[in-house]
Amino acid sequence: MPAFLDHASTTPLRPEAAAAVVEELGHVGNASSLHSSGRRARRVVEESREALAEAVGAGVSEVVLTSGGTEADNLGVKGLYWARRAADPRRRRILAGAVEHHAVLDVVEWLAEHEGAEVTWLPVDTVGRVDLDALAAVLAEHADEVALLTLMWANNEVGTLQPVQRAAELAHAAGVPVHTDAVQAVGHVPVDFAASGADSLALSAHKFGGPVGAGALVLRRGLDLVAVQHGGGQERGVRSGTLDVPSVRGMAVAAAAAVAELGSEARRLGALRDELVAGLLDAVPGVVVRGDPDPAGRLPGHAHVTVPDCEGDSLLYLLDARGVECSTGSACQAGVPRPSHVLLAMGLDPLEARGALRFSLGRTTTAADVEAAVAAFAPAVERAQRATRAARTRRAS
Amino acid sequence: MRVLAAMSGGVDSAVAAARAVDAGHEVVGVHMALSRQPGTLRTGARGCCTIEDARDARRAADVLGIPFYVWDLSETFVADVVEDFVAEYAAGRTPNPCVRCNERIKFAALLDKALALGFDAVCTGHYARVVRAPDGGARLHRARDRAKDQSYVLAVVAPAELEHSLFPLGDAESKDEVRAEAQRRGLAVAAKPDSHDICFIPDGDTRGFLRRHLGEQPGEVVDAAGEVVGTHAGTYGFTVGQRRGLGVDRPAPDGRPRYVLSISPAERRVVVGAAEELRVRRLLAASPVWGGDAPEGPVEVAAQVRAHGEAVPARARVVAGQVEVLLHEPLTGVAPGQTVALYVGDRVLGSATITTTARD
Repeated sequence: MPAFLDHASTTPLRPEAAAAVVEELGHVGNASSLHSSGRRARRVVEESREALAEAVGAGVSEVVLTSGGTEADNLGVKGLYWARRAADPRRRRILAGAVEHHAVLDVVEWLAEHEGAEVTWLPVDTVGRVDLDALAAVLAEHADEVALLTLMWANNEVGTLQPVQRAAELAHAAGVPVHTDAVQAVGHVPVDFAASGADSLALSAHKFGGPVGAGALVLRRGLDLVAVQHGGGQERGVRSGTLDVPSVRGMAVAAAAAVAELGSEARRLGALRDELVAGLLDAVPGVVVRGDPDPAGRLPGHAHVTVPDCEGDSLLYLLDARGVECSTGSACQAGVPRPSHVLLAMGLDPLEARGALRFSLGRTTTAADVEAAVAAFAPAVERAQRATRAARTRRAS
Repeated sequence: MRVLAAMSGGVDSAVAAARAVDAGHEVVGVHMALSRQPGTLRTGARGCCTIEDARDARRAADVLGIPFYVWDLSETFVADVVEDFVAEYAAGRTPNPCVRCNERIKFAALLDKALALGFDAVCTGHYARVVRAPDGGARLHRARDRAKDQSYVLAVVAPAELEHSLFPLGDAESKDEVRAEAQRRGLAVAAKPDSHDICFIPDGDTRGFLRRHLGEQPGEVVDAAGEVVGTHAGTYGFTVGQRRGLGVDRPAPDGRPRYVLSISPAERRVVVGAAEELRVRRLLAASPVWGGDAPEGPVEVAAQVRAHGEAVPARARVVAGQVEVLLHEPLTGVAPGQTVALYVGDRVLGSATITTTARD
């Protein structure tokens, strides 16, 4: 069994969620149908919605079920942009953190390219946290033309938590609604939608032990949103499509379980993560840990490092060959790792950013996994650095 | 051995990887991403730079049960192959980008990285053989199937790199055999068409590609007597021996077809003339790569100047670090920039880049 240290990409389905999914797969019933099978399905959906709402501190009617985090982010950002622009055509500016996930980043860029949006990317500091003074300044200057602020709850690469609540206070004072991509946060750190002040929040089931293909946009009551997907008018009319009852129930079961053990898991994973980081730093000189060093300011199970004179794809291969599964952390196109926009925004130069590795710990992670990663690290780095040197020698000759 | 199988997404490299697995090697598949825009999805003739090809390669690796990775070599590919291609045309020469890719990417950047990461060899789907010389050194030989033989584009690979190269298709009887084997192994690429284009010019319009990179550089087309017979938009649109698309508005006085004889980018001039003026009997070539020690005296060889051209009998000797090749039979359409590969029987004696051609 390889040491799976890539839980931020997806984490194993919880057994109780798997059981719930399997049970529901045996039932017929469209949750929109009025007969008894339909009513049964509807009841499962609504009970699941209640459980999910409770897990994230939201009202039951605020939960809009989607096919996952990417759809929720698309709906939140596009839906808010279009609704705000329709209400006042001057509102075309989107404020977005510079380290957002591609599910937000690419949506914002698409709106800029095709829908006339102006974008202000909010800079981040060296740990990847957004600069609230920059936010205040742009709000002071442009409040009337801002459509929305979008700011992730926790960064998927370096794990840094963003000051969503304080950002929302600033935005609300200027009358600007806030979307937050909480895909990496839900089930891992306390997420209270009501207390956060966010107006919409994206979550994804498979990041906390639910099935892939399920997610939700939590949407503040009474907030206007333009639908992205049209059809049967399900989910308050903003997200049409027949509900996937088994996945919805699996998501709710997983969310409840994850939130129930959140505190103890955070302590357990935090300790393992610290051991891992200490081991990596000890094994190889020049390794730098990225993201917030303060445990209160980051996801408990994330360990992001950059290794000098290495290509991330070499490291990934060498660790994989030694039974250690992790990630470079950045998005891939056709499987090709690119220098991470997150690391570049944090001020790293592209060469440093090339040697990025993200280890993300989760529910099934053990001390043995951490030991395996630490043991494999130094020999992998040694070889990866040799490959970089070989390339340089060839180019020089 | 630990073998890195370069997998383009085509049938040849997939079967080559399969044969390496069968031979008992520990094989890892790698697809080289060579394009700056990996999102480009193209259909029809195939090369090596698309999402579709990467997926085909991945599926072949799945069927073989080997690990698979995509490595980004686009930076070095653009600098060493694409930009070199443009610069060579701009200088009035005729480059072969596949030769350059083998020289600078597959058996250089990729092989270096593979060796450093702990692999013993790189395996590709080329049709060629590596044979042990009596002194134990690795020597490049033609493939068993002369029709598919690709030793010409590999002739720039030095023995030190050949030492770590595997060409499992070198002994294949024919491409049909390879396709049948792919079918038998359940590889979905069995019926995928061969790639003929330059992979970074997917629409096949080399002149258009060069125009985009070099801009319009109009000049004159003249005959051997220096008389202007037409105009052109850039000398890079021509190669020596070319007959079509010369932009000549009147026929030759003798009514016979005209061909490009030479190109002078500095004067923006293309010289055209009759077929017999294309005949080359002597050429000089630089930067030789020898499959073993350089020959000391003149040596009788067969000289080949194109990937799928005939080899003609010739005498080669080293003169001041360059190679002089006296062809016993004339060749036509030989241009500076092309590689000349020298064979003794099936063995590649060496190769060099043509700098000068002469009719006598």
